[in-house]
Amino acid sequence: MIGPLASNILLALVWMGLTGNFTGTNLFIGLVLGYLILASALRDQPGFAAYAKKVPKAILFVGFFIKELILSNLKVAYDVLTPTHYMKPGVIAFPLEAKTDAEITVVANLISLTPGTLSLDVSSDRKVLYIHVMYLEGEAEVIESIRYMEYRTLEVLRSTPPD
Amino acid sequence: MIEWLVDLVISLFLLTGVGFMFVAALGLLRMPDLPMRLHATTKAGALGGGLLMIAVGIEFFGDVAVAAKAGAVIVFLLLTAPVAAHLIGRAGYFVGVPMWPKTHKDELEGRYDHETQTLMSPPGLADKTQDQQPKG
Repeated sequence: MIGPLASNILLALVWMGLTGNFTGTNLFIGLVLGYLILASALRDQPGFAAYAKKVPKAILFVGFFIKELILSNLKVAYDVLTPTHYMKPGVIAFPLEAKTDAEITVVANLISLTPGTLSLDVSSDRKVLYIHVMYLEGEAEVIESIRYMEYRTLEVLRSTPPD
Repeated sequence: MIEWLVDLVISLFLLTGVGFMFVAALGLLRMPDLPMRLHATTKAGALGGGLLMIAVGIEFFGDVAVAAKAGAVIVFLLLTAPVAAHLIGRAGYFVGVPMWPKTHKDELEGRYDHETQTLMSPPGLADKTQDQQPKG
């Protein structure tokens, strides 16, 4: 049996074949229709039910991340363009909630991608991520916002939601 | 009318993308130490490149080959930029590139063992992972 994501893509390809229209827009329509069919017809199967819940979360996460990316980019850009340096840099230890290698990789990459935070290294026991932070005014706030982002990431990555 | 609007959107994406890339290049000159130069260049550069590719994708929306390539460029930018930044930052830190004197906190200091290449977690923090649950 193939997984939910593969089924969704397969349905979209079938849709493209049946309508005979091989454009990006039509692929998108096929994906949406395939998702709706899977979410309604196979909602009693646990794998598909989890997938149906995850897709909106993943889309919301992308939106949330783009918002973060632009806001913090503007903050760094402002500091680059104005003569005074407002930053208060520092290296902090962030206790990781992510456990597996894949989770840590994704979380560390997303942290690096947001301007103002740059992941330097993971401790050898995989419990702590060392992050270089550019604006360390309130350390608790910074850790809280990173933790929120980690929570949203794990929500999308894990099959069972993080507590 | 609609073409004019599309052109306007494309120009906006192009101009903001170029603006972010300019800020990235300027940041390379203006930031005081290695990790902060990485902050300025990698992220703003990736965002700028992404915005340029979005503009290309809108311009060639009907042409799947070009639009798909533009999408692939964005994905690869977002995948590779943080990895490169992390590696350069890590190498720079452990090789001992001096940090900005105003860096006012360093929790990594002295926790890396160059002999065994292990990095310890700070004492006390390691146990806190269990009870610091996020309230999202």
